[in-house]
Amino acid sequence: MNYFYFPLEDWTNHFVNEWLLPVMSGFFNSISTVLRAFIEGVTNLLVVVPPEIIMILLVLLSWKIAGKGLALFTLIGCIFIGSVNLWEAAMQTVSIVLVSTFLSILIGVPLGILSATNKVIERMMRPILDFMQTLPSFVYLIPAILLFGLGGVPAVIATFVFATPPAVRMTNLGIRQVPSDVVEASRAFGSTSRQLLLKVQLPLALPTIMAGVNQTMMLALSMAVIASMIGAPGLGSTVLSGISRVNVGLGLTGGLAIVVLAIILDRITQGLAKKA
Amino acid sequence: MNKIEVTDLTKIFGSHPKQGLKSLKNGEQKADILKKTGMTVGVNQTSFSVQAGEIFVIMGLSGSGKSTLIRLVNRLIEPTDGEILIDGEDITKMDKNTLIETRRKKLAMVFQQFGLLPHRTVLTNVAYGLEIQGVDKAEREKKALKSIEDVGLKGYEASYPNQLSGGMQQRVGLARALANDSDILLMDEAFSALDPLIRKEMQDELLDLQNKLGKTILFITHDLDEALKLGDRIAIMKDGEIVQVGTAEEILENPANEYVSNFVKDVDRSKVLEASHVMKKPGVLLSYKDGPRMAVRKMEEAGVSSIFVVDKENNFKGLLTIDDAIKAYKENIPMEDVLLDTVHFASPTTPLNDLIGIAAETKYPIVVVEDGKLKGIISRVSILSGLVLGKEKDEVVSS
Ligand SMILES: Nc1ncnc2c1ncn2[C@@H]1O[C@H](COP(=O)(O)OP(=O)(O)OP(=O)(O)O)[C@@H](O)[C@H]1O
Ligand SMILES: [Mg+2]
Repeated sequence: MNYFYFPLEDWTNHFVNEWLLPVMSGFFNSISTVLRAFIEGVTNLLVVVPPEIIMILLVLLSWKIAGKGLALFTLIGCIFIGSVNLWEAAMQTVSIVLVSTFLSILIGVPLGILSATNKVIERMMRPILDFMQTLPSFVYLIPAILLFGLGGVPAVIATFVFATPPAVRMTNLGIRQVPSDVVEASRAFGSTSRQLLLKVQLPLALPTIMAGVNQTMMLALSMAVIASMIGAPGLGSTVLSGISRVNVGLGLTGGLAIVVLAIILDRITQGLAKKA
Repeated sequence: MNKIEVTDLTKIFGSHPKQGLKSLKNGEQKADILKKTGMTVGVNQTSFSVQAGEIFVIMGLSGSGKSTLIRLVNRLIEPTDGEILIDGEDITKMDKNTLIETRRKKLAMVFQQFGLLPHRTVLTNVAYGLEIQGVDKAEREKKALKSIEDVGLKGYEASYPNQLSGGMQQRVGLARALANDSDILLMDEAFSALDPLIRKEMQDELLDLQNKLGKTILFITHDLDEALKLGDRIAIMKDGEIVQVGTAEEILENPANEYVSNFVKDVDRSKVLEASHVMKKPGVLLSYKDGPRMAVRKMEEAGVSSIFVVDKENNFKGLLTIDDAIKAYKENIPMEDVLLDTVHFASPTTPLNDLIGIAAETKYPIVVVEDGKLKGIISRVSILSGLVLGKEKDEVVSS
């Protein structure tokens, strides 16, 4: 099949090494600095606050949003994570998930609004989102390392890119699903586009947007675990060292802790979506 | 003065509306344009005007362009060509802010599917129009409460739309339009989604409100009875064009073409209905021997300006106006000499159809007599409502 050699690999490397890195490194460095401070702030907060307090807050939150069942599960789950010595690792994972979910919402929801109100933007977004979602997740890790080195920052970047599509898609969908007669009525009474968005479209799209946030957070959790391959601290690296040392027990406890986190985060955000 | 004045308004849906417009102006038909270019002519070079305080009804079959037309009036749909003057200002030429301002202050709309905001209570739905104008909370809620009361929904302020019946939701829609205090109401099949009883109730209420508030109303319906009942004037649409405009009587009497006569065929019951079916007992009658002084008193009490006069045997004698009664009293003229006999007569078996034209022309009710005796009177309103109610009776019988 190789009638001729297509040097895509060489070109890409040339582009990255000769142009992207030298020219843009200042830019990437400043992003890196800001993001690192942000991640460390959140991680420190979660690690410094006594586990009992975080646990109690989480239990109360679960109770309020999803009821007694989840509250009980959260209680047992937190105690389990603490008793297998993984509390700190869990908090590191949670902070990567929180920071990248925050970024995904910050960027994804406005993009969703734009594509709901502008056909051209939607048509441009769709293939990009498809591409982002179908690419295997660890492919994101390579450019992230290249541009941001090792550790938490590239992990958050990769996670953010991986987890943003549902936020965009579901916001777009939610706004487009608002019944047209309601939109028409609001316009007929003289709403500006801004009033239409804030008073009608966003409130009515909120349940769908929250469902998107839930998906985003779940994707972020799965990516945060994979990102341990590029040195992100947390439960992912626990599992990774379980694998590399052939320590089945360590792998299992790490894996269970991830499952516990996933269930708690999922049910809480699902509850929020239902309440919205 | 004309509140709304529409001239040569055209809307073509499709990729090259300007080209379609050229074809239309060259006299091509809507169907040809659709076949040739795939574009739909929604409204075709239409002109009409609505006077202040008038209920102007637009009627037509499904797809004739009624909804498109009414949405062009407040520019929810952008016109392809033509002029729409609201209080003399052309809405088609307004910039965005002026358009928004005009919608807020002058044009309120009521929708067939209600278009209520499901996440808001009745109160905040009704206050929505004022809220987006920046009216402060206390004032807008006061106004909203007032119009909620006007439509008879007091006590439901805190309910959500999905907790209300269809009729109640449409009342909310109406209250929302009223709260804005605009002169013009645009109503697109506002009552079509309601069941017949509620519908009739809403029609009566609308007429009531109209009497009280004197709005200018552009009302869309595909129901002839509703049009006859509500419309001061009725426009009939076909394929995006208005084929006839006139009062109910004009249209029933002289349908402009076959389309219109097919439309009003429904009222063929007017041929079946007879004067006796719709006549009413006159509210007050004057006996021949009462004399002019008594006549003045009776008219005053009843709040009318003319009265029918009969003798002991109930034989019809004539009509006495208040001016003539006073004159007769002052100048001591015998009452017989001032009685008017220029009223229109009918016998109990006269077909209603024959009376439609007369009722529109005459100032006084038509007098139904049999063998010289007064049987009843028929007003313009009772003819029209007879046409409408006649059908309702049929429905009751057949079900
Ligand atoms: N957005 C649109 N795009 C293309 N064609 C349209 C659009 N809106 C309306 N039309 C067409 O314009 C014509 C008039 O439609 P319109 O909705 O005004 O009819 P209508 O008289 O209100 O009918 P109905 O009684 O069913 O409500 C129809 O042929 C319809 O298919
Ligand atoms: Mg319609």
